[in-house]
Amino acid sequence: MRDVTSILPLHVDGVCFAAAGRNLVDAASFSVPPGGLTVLLGPNGAGKSLMLRLCHGLLRPSAGAVRWASGAGGRAKRHAMVFQKPIMLRRSVEANIAHALAAAGHSGPERRSRGREALARFGLSDRATQAARLLSGGEQQRLAIARAWALRPELLFLDEPTSQLDPAATRQIEELLAGLVAEGITVMMSTHDLGQARRLADRVLFLHRGRLIEDAPAESFFAGPRAAEARAFLAGELIW
Amino acid sequence: MDLAAIFQAAFALVVGLDPAFLAIVSLSLQVTLTAVLIAGLVGLPLGAALALARFRGRSVVIVVLNALMGLPPVVAGLMVFLALSRSGPLGSLGLLFSPSAMIVAQVILVLPIVIALTRQTVEDLWIEYRDHLRSVGLDGARAIPTLLFDGRFALATALLAGFGRASAEVGAVLIVGGNIAGYTRTMTTTITLETSKGDLPLALGLGLVLIALTLAINAVAFGASRIGARYAG
Amino acid sequence: MTMTMTRRLALSAGFCAALTGFALAQTTTAPPPATSAPAVAGDRFITVSSTTSTQDSGLFGHILPLFKARTGIDVRVVSQGTGQALDTGRRGDADVVFVHARAQEVKFVEDGFGLERKPVMYNDFVLIGPKSDPAGVAGTKDIAAALVKIQEKGAPFVSRGDKSGTHAAELDLWKVANVDLAAKKGAWYREIGQGMGAALNSAGAMGAYVLADRGTWISFKNRGDLTIAVEGDRRLFNQYGVIAVNPARHPHVKINDGQAFVNWLTGPEGQKAIADYRIDGQQLFFANAAQAGA
Repeated sequence: MRDVTSILPLHVDGVCFAAAGRNLVDAASFSVPPGGLTVLLGPNGAGKSLMLRLCHGLLRPSAGAVRWASGAGGRAKRHAMVFQKPIMLRRSVEANIAHALAAAGHSGPERRSRGREALARFGLSDRATQAARLLSGGEQQRLAIARAWALRPELLFLDEPTSQLDPAATRQIEELLAGLVAEGITVMMSTHDLGQARRLADRVLFLHRGRLIEDAPAESFFAGPRAAEARAFLAGELIW
Repeated sequence: MDLAAIFQAAFALVVGLDPAFLAIVSLSLQVTLTAVLIAGLVGLPLGAALALARFRGRSVVIVVLNALMGLPPVVAGLMVFLALSRSGPLGSLGLLFSPSAMIVAQVILVLPIVIALTRQTVEDLWIEYRDHLRSVGLDGARAIPTLLFDGRFALATALLAGFGRASAEVGAVLIVGGNIAGYTRTMTTTITLETSKGDLPLALGLGLVLIALTLAINAVAFGASRIGARYAG
Repeated sequence: MTMTMTRRLALSAGFCAALTGFALAQTTTAPPPATSAPAVAGDRFITVSSTTSTQDSGLFGHILPLFKARTGIDVRVVSQGTGQALDTGRRGDADVVFVHARAQEVKFVEDGFGLERKPVMYNDFVLIGPKSDPAGVAGTKDIAAALVKIQEKGAPFVSRGDKSGTHAAELDLWKVANVDLAAKKGAWYREIGQGMGAALNSAGAMGAYVLADRGTWISFKNRGDLTIAVEGDRRLFNQYGVIAVNPARHPHVKINDGQAFVNWLTGPEGQKAIADYRIDGQQLFFANAAQAGA
């Protein structure tokens, strides 16, 4: 099913995003090769969420460019996104997945088989016909991930996926994400939760005030970050 | 005038199944439901488009639409009358004093309600759904079907509001329909006529029947949306 | 892909259709435009603009089935005040006008909107008032004197105020009584701008006098405290005329069927039907098509 050519690596070249004359994302450059889990780390307002949206194509950079190795445009763009607050359509669990697949241009039988697969993979089969909006917060986020997964993305963006969940649900989502990475899906997520970043990250992009301050393998970042702001953040001193 | 006479008149109308009375009820429903159907087919997509579109003068359009929700039926009727009269621009159609003319007038009354309420519903929904829909590639006009479908219960209420306005009004249908016995006489114009004839029990009896019908339609719609909401959240 | 989105759109539109599904089924049988044959009425029809008094009195319900049986022509009656009814004819929205305000009718023909005015029938006006008779006019036959008294005592009086034939007749009577309404109008004189029935309802509620045509009065069911105060004055006679709309002005009018209605109404059969119409044994209209100068 999957094309031979990969959309990865993703190249972000000098991307800026300006609003009201201020650069909220300022000349960020990095690449995302296939595999692994990259965490966008930083205090509130650092521009993590904007960065994910710029990469996913929900926002247009005011300068610079987001480039994919092979065309990721079109409807089946092979990268998907899950949001901080799960956005549930007012339909059943299975219909939520079917809707995303229909939007990507998949046929009816394809929608049904992929939908069943996704529900089974994320343990939602017994919830298939329930109203999505009546699920618990953790289940909703699980459905949001299942819905994105059904699209078979090479790269999955997640914006603070557990910030609204209780510890048990958070743990469950983290396990799911580790599973996705093991499956070969490249994951890029934002978080301000240091513990989560330590548990999940293979690589850390540390943002502060819209600027990419440090880009390092997780191990070396947590062992001793080079940038002063990152050290302050790890020490719990940097809030903004 | 005593209450017993009123209820007796209403009861006699319903139980008697008088063909003339049934024809009046049937015409009223045909005209109003057709008007609501047309207003829905036109107004739902238009309202959704207005919710998503950004253009100069958009707020003016929204304010005007909201104001038009209060358009006096008589004024709508007069406009349609002048347009459809043999001496008017559309006179050659020969539609004046016909059920079609009444449908046209009611569409004009219902359309602003449907568009304005759809705009509000869809705009609220778009704010909530925007990130996800754009993420899966549904932007602009391509988001409209999803938004209309997911707003279906609120939009059903918009259509019911339109139905209420159309079924209750008398000014427009009286002017463009002419209250012709057996042809353009609806429940509301009959009520007006019977009032002017001084047959108040019959007029009020008809009023009770109209209220009961409206109640029944609303109850069915409410029930349907309750059941639907249970499955859609 | 296009298919799936089309389906979604159909679904969204569909729920509105479901709500109005009844209408969907009905639109196919809904009466077509007036230019073609309607399903509910016969194949042939004419539109007659007439007055609220003829409608409210129930006369049409009696005579139109007879006309239909004879000719197969349906008559669609739009009942309005005389002024409005003539205006409907003037715009070409009716084939025949059937009203009661002679001066206006003559002008309608002179202006080229109608072919020929033919007298049809008359009824008479009666002055209705509360049983308590605050102006003390009950029993008199002199309508002019009665109106003067009402004005002098400032007793409440309801005027149609709608440019109807009855309204025109009322204004003429004030002139006959030499009461200058423009100068004497006050809180006692209440113009309601509505039809005959509504005027009677109002008069009943306000304990006021009101000029009404006898036909509407006899068939009026909400009399309450109202009764006839003045009747029988020759000046209270109320003549009806019928006019076919001029096809030279409005080529689409159905002149043949319209003329057939005019001829029937003023012919022996129509005249007999009018004279036969009674409520509670009382004759409402007096056919007088043959009377010269009526």
